[in-house]
Amino acid sequence: MIRDPEILILGAGPAGVGAALALADHGVRALVVDSGFAAGGQVYRPMPDTFAPNGTPGLGPDQEEGARQRRLLADSGVATAFGRLVWSIGTDLRVDALGPDGPEFWRPKGLVVAAGATERVVPFPGWTLPGVMGLAAATILLKSQCMLPGRRVVVAGCGPLLFAVANAVVKGGGQVVALADLAGPGTWLRAMPALLGRPGDLLQGGAWMARLAAKGVPLMFRHTVREARALGAGLKVSLGAVDANGRPMRPARDRTLEADSLVVGHGLIPSTEALRLLGAEMYFDAEAGGWVPRLDDDQRASRAGLYAAGDGTGVRGAVGAFLAGRIAGLTAALDLGRIDAGQHARAAGPLRRRLAQARRFGRAMSRLMAPPSGLYDALDAHTVVCRCEDVTRAEVNQALESGAADVNQLKSWTRCGMGPCQGRMCGDTVAQIVALRTGSRAAAGAWTARVPLRPLNVEALAGDFDYDDIPLPTAAPL
Amino acid sequence: MSVNDKARIPGGETFDAAVVGAGVMGATTALFLARGGMRCALIDAGGVCREASGVNAGTLTLHMTRAALIPYAMRGWDMWKNAPDWLGGDPGVCTTDGLSLAFTAQEAALLEERVEARRAQGAPIEIVTASRAREIEPGLTDDARLVAHCPMDGYVTANLTGHTYRRALVEAGVRLYENAPVTGIEAGDGGFRLAMAGVAPRARRLVLAGGVWLEDMLAWLGLRIPIKALVNQLIVTERVQPVMRSVLGIASGLLSLKQFANGTVLVGGGWQGKGDRARHTTEIVPDNLIGNLRLARYVVPALAETRIVRAWLGFEAETSDALPLVGPLRGIAEAYAIGCVHSGYTSGPYFGRLLAQRILGQEPEMPLFDADRLLATP
Ligand SMILES: Cc1cc2nc3c(=O)[nH]c(=O)nc-3n(C[C@H](O)[C@H](O)[C@H](O)COP(=O)(O)OP(=O)(O)OC[C@H]3O[C@@H](n4cnc5c(N)ncnc54)[C@H](O)[C@@H]3O)c2cc1C
Ligand SMILES: Cc1cc2nc3c(=O)[nH]c(=O)nc-3n(C[C@H](O)[C@H](O)[C@H](O)COP(=O)(O)OP(=O)(O)OC[C@H]3O[C@@H](n4cnc5c(N)ncnc54)[C@H](O)[C@@H]3O)c2cc1C
Repeated sequence: MIRDPEILILGAGPAGVGAALALADHGVRALVVDSGFAAGGQVYRPMPDTFAPNGTPGLGPDQEEGARQRRLLADSGVATAFGRLVWSIGTDLRVDALGPDGPEFWRPKGLVVAAGATERVVPFPGWTLPGVMGLAAATILLKSQCMLPGRRVVVAGCGPLLFAVANAVVKGGGQVVALADLAGPGTWLRAMPALLGRPGDLLQGGAWMARLAAKGVPLMFRHTVREARALGAGLKVSLGAVDANGRPMRPARDRTLEADSLVVGHGLIPSTEALRLLGAEMYFDAEAGGWVPRLDDDQRASRAGLYAAGDGTGVRGAVGAFLAGRIAGLTAALDLGRIDAGQHARAAGPLRRRLAQARRFGRAMSRLMAPPSGLYDALDAHTVVCRCEDVTRAEVNQALESGAADVNQLKSWTRCGMGPCQGRMCGDTVAQIVALRTGSRAAAGAWTARVPLRPLNVEALAGDFDYDDIPLPTAAPL
Repeated sequence: MSVNDKARIPGGETFDAAVVGAGVMGATTALFLARGGMRCALIDAGGVCREASGVNAGTLTLHMTRAALIPYAMRGWDMWKNAPDWLGGDPGVCTTDGLSLAFTAQEAALLEERVEARRAQGAPIEIVTASRAREIEPGLTDDARLVAHCPMDGYVTANLTGHTYRRALVEAGVRLYENAPVTGIEAGDGGFRLAMAGVAPRARRLVLAGGVWLEDMLAWLGLRIPIKALVNQLIVTERVQPVMRSVLGIASGLLSLKQFANGTVLVGGGWQGKGDRARHTTEIVPDNLIGNLRLARYVVPALAETRIVRAWLGFEAETSDALPLVGPLRGIAEAYAIGCVHSGYTSGPYFGRLLAQRILGQEPEMPLFDADRLLATP
């Protein structure tokens, strides 16, 4: 590992790897930092070396692309720091991480933030029960552990991951008791031209849909999870119809199924904590998944030396992430004076054209993943919104009634978002509820970004020390 | 003095008093002015108690209070303890024991000196034996060389301050202007006109309670009083099993440590971050976060197994002599300031009440802190 990188890349998913390769091409001393043990990010998450797949399927062709990117990164000679969690970034771009050797930090000249996305789950009664897990979370189990989320699984929510996960469960020998999709078949048909722009991609919804139907998996379009209840070690899941806006319909015809797990998700949210911590200018774009940084065409954020790429700048998928990462790397090389504007334009031009194409696909995918507004209307008073702190919708409403005017004031008054998930699980839902009152997500605001970016163990951070090693400031006045 | 005489200045609504800044200082002043019969406006750039008064550590401690302020802090402590009686709600107040610790010979000397000075001002603090200290706080390390105990300690859940105050203010009939930054003040015969977006209120009396922004506010009236901005860092853990029951500090005042009823442990003590009050930005200094955390971990070893989930910062105001600025602004009739109180959350309610007494024409129970001593000679 190097001590003095010129450019530090936060995140070793496709966006971070893209940036690293471009920087290596132009001789820039770069360092890629990721909390994982290898590159790949969420989409190309590898299995631990010590695992040997025994024929249980992962998620297919992605494994090859992941292996290819890891090889390219290794061959590029770019320095890597895996197993390091970045927990603080200062406006002087000092980046602090915690890893196996304790705390460490770097002071690069530039920073590429490629932090990816976080899953969104819109709450419903029972979403906090054991056995209920996220849809994207299930891909982690499948990819990195070759593990099924359950033997008898209900898959629900929206977006392409529905079919990817259901398909992998069936291939792995599990049973999909039902697949409940908020979208209707028409929605998929309309999205198809853009999705087909990327044949061979993981998210080949149509083909899977057909395969699942052939296997006899009940495909319930325009359906949602009404509620989950514990039943012995398993679950009782009731599913019901919704209209095009996700509002409940025909409750009398709800169906209740037994399963040992419920896999449910409603799209992805860009992870922007690091950018917000640095005060980068942000704007709300529902179609891109939420708050995103304002970037120029070359992936520069609103402050010098700060670049961003990938799903953390708007959910557009793995292919777009890699391309945008490469452009970010080229731009950092340009700003360091390693290449001139002409070289930058020649190299970035073709990437940008391919990126535009990838984004067309990405946008279609994002639209499919966006939760319809009616889902929030269906959230009843007793439903837990913030699972870390057990804050219900009724408590959120109460705080709004007593004058809380934005998400941060609401947080102070209810503890919503103060738990160990640091508001990642509830933030979007809460903001959506606040927006019902304030009129817009922009007015509802976003959590103020706080250090540490993830919870940190005190012992690991404090390390081994004596009293004399504590750098005590001068005493307060008497 | 006639309280409800409405000065008729053309334009926006006219109040008996306008308080600018809705931290604990301004909000308490407004509350008691309204209860005293005044029509009162409370104006804040943000919401009620969302700056220092909503983000502070909430420790109600005499161990960290400047000796000269002990009598005020003791009355403030009492007010917090009885918050439901005068505030109409309980922002999570808990009174408990407080210990101040010394680990080195130098700290022990400091502790003895400080205990003496605070006792002289009436604080019920005394040095206790190691075994007594462990009885009071079973979570304490064995390594303390000297321990001082004060039965008058505790904490408030500071993030609930705004919630509780806001309800009390509305009930008392205080007119709230939130998210309404004041940009200047015009002082005239009939009183004061506030410059702000929308229909600006007018008032016969003016109270400036801008916390760390008090310096700018005083400048509106042509007064120059330098006010330093401290940028205090705080760290909080996730909910954990009980690891301590008291409030712990050290002789130098650089630790304030307690566990709330919900299981989270708050670590503070005035370790400094970075910040710019004009731009309203703050950021932590990682080395200071680690240093503060080491100290906490040293004092309560069981903290080793917990995780920190959040750190944040707030601006605290300090005058050149580190003593408060509470009272009338000489030379400008019916203009007052309140702020810059060390450990000002503890004594805030009391100082607010004192100033309200003065404005309502009563004799304040305790002396105020005159601004004249601080006025920079031009
Ligand atoms: C759980 C999950 C599963 C997904 N599964 C799929 C899938 O199967 N197929 C698909 O096409 N898309 C999937 N996606 C969508 C995915 O966002 C994109 O396809 C793609 O991974 C985006 O690439 P990226 O480089 O922008 O971000 P990512 O691939 O997410 O890479 C970001 C990297 O940054 C690291 N990181 C973030 N913050 C820190 C920090 N503070 N310190 C250290 N490291 C940090 C992360 O460990 C991660 O490796 C998934 C998303 C999620 C959230
Ligand atoms: C991190 C931290 C920890 C602390 N811990 C403790 C502790 O444990 N115990 C203790 O006793 N004390 C503690 N203190 C000190 C205590 O918080 C303060 O002394 C007290 O809250 C100050 O109250 P205030 O009303 O003067 O200021 P503030 O609460 O800062 O209020 C000032 C108000 O003025 C408003 N304002 C500013 N400019 C304008 C404008 N132009 N127009 C309108 N409104 C304006 C602001 O928005 C703000 O609401 C701590 C302070 C900090 C920062």
